[in-house]
Amino acid sequence: MSAILQNVSTSLSASTSTFLGHNNLKAIKPSHVSMAGRMSAVVKCVASPSAEKTAYKTNVARNENLAKLQAGYLFPEIARRRNAHIAKNPDAKVISLGIGDTTEPIPEVITSAMSKRSEVLSTVAGYSGYGAEQGEQKLRAAIASTYYEGLGIEEHDIFVSDGAKSDISRLQVLFGSNVTMAVQDPSYPAYVDSSVILGQTGLFQKDVEKYANIEYMKCTTENGFFPDLSTVRRTDIIFFCSPNNPTGSAASREQLTKLVQFAKENGSIIVYDSAYAMYVSDDSPRSIFEIPGAKEVALEVSSFSKYAGFTGVRLGWTAIPKELHYSDGFPVAKDFNRIVCTCFNGASNIAQAGGLACVSPEGITAMHEVVGFYKENTAIIVDTFNSLGFKVYGGKNAPYVWVHFPGRSSWDVFSEILEKTHVVTTPGSGFGPGGEGFVRVSAFGHRENVIEACRRFKELYK
Amino acid sequence: MYTSFAFSFMPYKTILSPRASITTQDNKNAKDYRTKVSRNPTLEKLQYNYLFPEISEREAQHAKKYPNAKIISLGIGDTTEPLPDVVASSMANYAYSLSTRTGYRGYGAEQGSKDLREAIAETFYKDMGIQGAEVFVSDGAQCDISRLQMLFGSNMSIAVQDPIFPAYIDSSVIIGQTGDVEQGSGRYQNIEYMRCDPHNNFFPNLSKTARTDIIFFCSPNNPTGHAASWEQLEQLVKLAQENGSIIVYDSAYAVYITDGSPRSIYEIPGAKKVAIEVSSFSKIAGFTGVRLGWTVVPKELLYSNGFPVINDFNRIICTCFNGASRIAQAGGLASLSSEGFKVSFRPPRVILSERLLNTHISSQAVMSLVDYYKSNAEILLETFESLGLKAYGGVNAPYLWVHFPGSNSWDVFNEILEKTHIITVPGSGFGPAGKEYIRVTAFGHRENILEAADRLRSLLL
Repeated sequence: MSAILQNVSTSLSASTSTFLGHNNLKAIKPSHVSMAGRMSAVVKCVASPSAEKTAYKTNVARNENLAKLQAGYLFPEIARRRNAHIAKNPDAKVISLGIGDTTEPIPEVITSAMSKRSEVLSTVAGYSGYGAEQGEQKLRAAIASTYYEGLGIEEHDIFVSDGAKSDISRLQVLFGSNVTMAVQDPSYPAYVDSSVILGQTGLFQKDVEKYANIEYMKCTTENGFFPDLSTVRRTDIIFFCSPNNPTGSAASREQLTKLVQFAKENGSIIVYDSAYAMYVSDDSPRSIFEIPGAKEVALEVSSFSKYAGFTGVRLGWTAIPKELHYSDGFPVAKDFNRIVCTCFNGASNIAQAGGLACVSPEGITAMHEVVGFYKENTAIIVDTFNSLGFKVYGGKNAPYVWVHFPGRSSWDVFSEILEKTHVVTTPGSGFGPGGEGFVRVSAFGHRENVIEACRRFKELYK
Repeated sequence: MYTSFAFSFMPYKTILSPRASITTQDNKNAKDYRTKVSRNPTLEKLQYNYLFPEISEREAQHAKKYPNAKIISLGIGDTTEPLPDVVASSMANYAYSLSTRTGYRGYGAEQGSKDLREAIAETFYKDMGIQGAEVFVSDGAQCDISRLQMLFGSNMSIAVQDPIFPAYIDSSVIIGQTGDVEQGSGRYQNIEYMRCDPHNNFFPNLSKTARTDIIFFCSPNNPTGHAASWEQLEQLVKLAQENGSIIVYDSAYAVYITDGSPRSIYEIPGAKKVAIEVSSFSKIAGFTGVRLGWTVVPKELLYSNGFPVINDFNRIICTCFNGASRIAQAGGLASLSSEGFKVSFRPPRVILSERLLNTHISSQAVMSLVDYYKSNAEILLETFESLGLKAYGGVNAPYLWVHFPGSNSWDVFNEILEKTHIITVPGSGFGPAGKEYIRVTAFGHRENILEAADRLRSLLL
């Protein structure tokens, strides 16, 4: 009996990279429990009423791809832990440097455009119904000219969306289940999770904490957070985020040139996530399309979330060059257009009005101010951890600080920081096995909260 | 009676005629670089453009051909009337508050704001035992349908009504649930088409329906306008129970019901164990551009292994989506407030008198949005009736389903467009059973509806 209990409790505890979502009703199957004797048991990890055993079930099989996912999506789990901590410590002033959620108000030049658009919708002359699924023409044109001037990306190459996260899944629907993909390790979890959901991957391999059939491109302190492409297997799709979430590293022109070359040699498609491009401080490229030849091998996803505080407003875009073709010559943009027309119905017209204001001259200045504010936060956090003797990465070209805790479990460090300083961070292993030993500290927050959090870090780690 | 019309109906061999595609750069230069990534074979299966962009394209082409024509669109079901002030100003105020320190909000819950989820449950599912926690707010039904397909995966079989709003079929093809299209019939292999026509009063013969995992059911129906009765839905729920199937019930037009037909599948006992319901603010509150809808997944709905569907849907929402725009949600909440509700939609009204319909009703504040479109439908129904054409629907939905026996709907569409500059939608765009029908929407400014009625009369009489 004790052997079973011991094994069951091992499966239940939060290991370094797996964690149980609060709404997870997974039964622990016997295969997860290594048995010493002949006894076998199926143990439900959540108590359920006995009536459930006779509850009506449909005859519809659960999508096995969803069963492959190990736990809930990373950020709701962070939120759950934050909320549990708040509940346990009602007097503590919890500071969130975990989920990369913007905190500063949206500049008025942008919100007034959205207010105006809302009002206009109540007038006969100004009311509009369905918009073009690809986005309003003016906005598409303005995004092209603002972010891709001189790069050969035009209005019709831009598809406006309700944000990068939705776009990533729509891209996965576009590509289908028969493609292979590569991701940086660590990386923003939506690429891997959406790949699992779409059926591109095999099972999760607990020993290495990776899904079978995904090529994980390790990004470490040793390789300057740029993968050694000579060791990377060919895949159809390569997800690449730069400036990187979570490491904060921005790939150099030289590195991206190698990446484009690699894609060209392998006939791969790069999905380039440039959501943090406006945070670049040095001369690192802001768009993959700055690299010659990239238009034949890459598409780019971006967002207004971290530039204009649009995390709740919901607006982003995907740029797909005309030159990007499938192996049979069919233009990728044409199929993406079909996806956008069938599986989507356009971003909110009010959000788009805000977007247009964002890329007006006044709006661009305002976005730079917002970005600048968060960059100042980042500098404060970098200084703090540096002064405490930690090895700190990122923080120069992105609003994320990647702090090294060598030899320690990142979930343990996360818990320790939360318990002792009431500051929420994000454990590095939530971003992939390559994140183990690191904690991501995001720089979104009111200035006084960031300063206070840093004061508490100094207390804890002095 | 129809033989007296000026139309010439030429039955075509193919139900769905080939058409112009959306113009994109189609660079066929053989020297151009190609990646080695195969095109998704499921997208290759799709035969045509999505229906509604195709209609838009035809409208654009027609406008080019006749630059002086006043085109009236009774095609795409796009709302036309302004938002009520209370709704618009709630969104304007909310947008403004995002520029204040105390009012600013970042990411919202992916499932939607708690207030809105509860307001939806309270407004639409009162006494049906649906709680706010079972309501997932979205950016619209079309997006939800695709997210549901991602949830279900490619190993599912689906049944759809024929004719039907094309997104169920197209998303099914895209996600890999179907085989190729049969050239003759226009049907995709592996989809069970449940024919709905006047012979079965637009409710399928369920005894002839093969078992599928998922049954998409839209009521009031787009495009036929038929609202299933209580008895009919009881049969449907029973079928789902017997077959262990899941119903995906699209109730986007429920507020248009005039005759007391059920507004939600959950009015039927037992439905919570077999059905998901999808709906939208688009046609309720004119939110077609604002983007807001919801999906209900009851806690009791379980997969064959006992796993709750709601858990997986929640995972999809958290991973593939990031919540509907907070501004749109503020508008949704305002439209469900008692003031907003009064202006947006009210319980079914008695059909207005002839006199009222024929005079331009100046005080639009008096009319709720939904009533306004319903009155448009009444005008159009009368028009087709006076012309001796059988027009179905128009009573419980803002769509008329007009029968042109012996015709090919694309021909009728073209002829109406050429001769009256009115855009409609050919029935075969909704499935093979739509071949002899035209869908006419009742969305439009009253004066355009009246003008369209005049043009139709002068053409067909």
